[in-house]
Amino acid sequence: MEVLNTFLIAPFLDMADSPIFLLEVVIGGLMAGVMYSLVALGFVLIYKASGVFNYAQGAMVLFAALTLVGLMERHVPLILAIILTMAVMIGVAYLIERFMLRKLVNQAQIILFMATIGLNFVFEGTGQIAWGSNVKKLDIGIPDNSFEIGGILMSSFDLFAAVTAAILVAVLAVFFQKTAVGRALRAVADDHQAALSVGIPLKTIWVIVWSVAGFVALVAGIMWGGKAGVQFSLVLIALKALPVLILGGFESVPGAIIGGLLIGVFEKVSEVYWGPAFGGAIEGWFAYMAALVFLMFRPQGLFGEKIIERV
Amino acid sequence: MSQERRIGDVILNVENVSLSFGGVKALTNISFDVREGEIRAIIGPNGAGKSSMLNCINGFYKPTEGRITFKGESHAQMETHQAASQGIARTFQNIALFRGMTTLDNVMTGRNLKMKRNFLWQALYYGPAVKEELEHREAAERVIDFLEIESIRKTVVGRLPYGLQKRVELARALAAEPDMLLLDEPMAGMNHEEKEDMCRYILDVNEEFGTTIVLIEHDMSVVMDISDRVVVLDYGEKIADGEPDDVRANQRVIDAYLGVQHD
Repeated sequence: MEVLNTFLIAPFLDMADSPIFLLEVVIGGLMAGVMYSLVALGFVLIYKASGVFNYAQGAMVLFAALTLVGLMERHVPLILAIILTMAVMIGVAYLIERFMLRKLVNQAQIILFMATIGLNFVFEGTGQIAWGSNVKKLDIGIPDNSFEIGGILMSSFDLFAAVTAAILVAVLAVFFQKTAVGRALRAVADDHQAALSVGIPLKTIWVIVWSVAGFVALVAGIMWGGKAGVQFSLVLIALKALPVLILGGFESVPGAIIGGLLIGVFEKVSEVYWGPAFGGAIEGWFAYMAALVFLMFRPQGLFGEKIIERV
Repeated sequence: MSQERRIGDVILNVENVSLSFGGVKALTNISFDVREGEIRAIIGPNGAGKSSMLNCINGFYKPTEGRITFKGESHAQMETHQAASQGIARTFQNIALFRGMTTLDNVMTGRNLKMKRNFLWQALYYGPAVKEELEHREAAERVIDFLEIESIRKTVVGRLPYGLQKRVELARALAAEPDMLLLDEPMAGMNHEEKEDMCRYILDVNEEFGTTIVLIEHDMSVVMDISDRVVVLDYGEKIADGEPDDVRANQRVIDAYLGVQHD
């Protein structure tokens, strides 16, 4: 009876007790969720365009953030540093196509996946060789102040991150759905051979996709780096994107966003209301549990394409 | 009479092409030509090397020996998207459509090479790029009208029945306004009515746009009806080449199709 009380009744009584506090927790969760969405987006882009799960996405976030900080430490102004970092990411995309993807055309997905694991180490290594392995502070001039709207406490930095993510998603949605390049990307994702036969240059498309993923990694790197400092653990936030992807579906951009938001809210709400019952610190693993349970009911994710095999 | 006017000079010349995968010979020393405006059929029993031949022409396979000349440009090796930009479009034996996209989007990908603005412009989706997109949209709609698939313009092609998917694939190839169209079994798996429709479209395309057509087909009656000339392959070798009536009477062709005992 007491167990039932701690897990099923008390948390909800707490919520009802102070709706404002609940709202604050939910908003805090949404803000954290936006950051997860940013990382998950990078995975989705590459998966959509090449069917490859890019294990190195987290390392790309770290690499982009390290490059940006490294440049800023050498007194390059912020805007210029961002542009230069983007140029580096495009160069990296070109190298990846030239020396990795081109050799692996028509290979099984698992081979490409293995290659991205290798890529992960290359990014981690070169990033740290070039810029050192100390924790670095990234200051992009957005203050992390708290302020109140209608009695609800919010952080200005989180708000900035949320707005940035929203703009990024809108831009990507238009890019994928409305432009000729977006159409070519979707075509390549659907069928390599057919795409080639209508004259879509596969190599160019791959460079574009990896550049866009690099751009998303840069944005995620700026946001996470600005919040928690640029350090090796940025690679690990990529792991947080996994439950997001499971929830949202691997090939859906809106799925990545909503999945991220849901995971963020789940995490915060569970930590605050159920945390004490478990003795705290459930934030770390709760998302994975949620994703696991979710998988049992909807293996294709919220927005994923349902796989129907015709027999 | 009208045929004399329709058919022009040699547009594609295949010379001594051989293709092997490891030790397996898929094609041995094949030569034939295709004239401008012609409907040219490649026939043969299963495994004769028909699709391999088509794949060599549009660059999916690189011939081990020999050369292929298209519109006066000779090449032993070619990239597939280069073949496309030279004016070769094709359909596939097992439909290769972009299944997650609508009919209209599929046809629009066929316009890909006609788009002049570079990738950056297109990505910006601004000003001239939008205007160009609209022009190509019009061209795509014309093809859609021509093949009478207006009613499924916005349908995701993965959900369409087989016969219609084949037609969408033809539409995508036509949208590129190709000089030469390669059709790999355009009527396979179709019922009688669908076959008749497809025949009509192929003939219409040939007549109205003067498109040269190279097609692979199993249905002999269809091939003999619509082709100007026929190449017959068997076990990767050319066993006959000529007008339908001559080919039909050729003893080696009859043997290949009916099967004879080899000593």
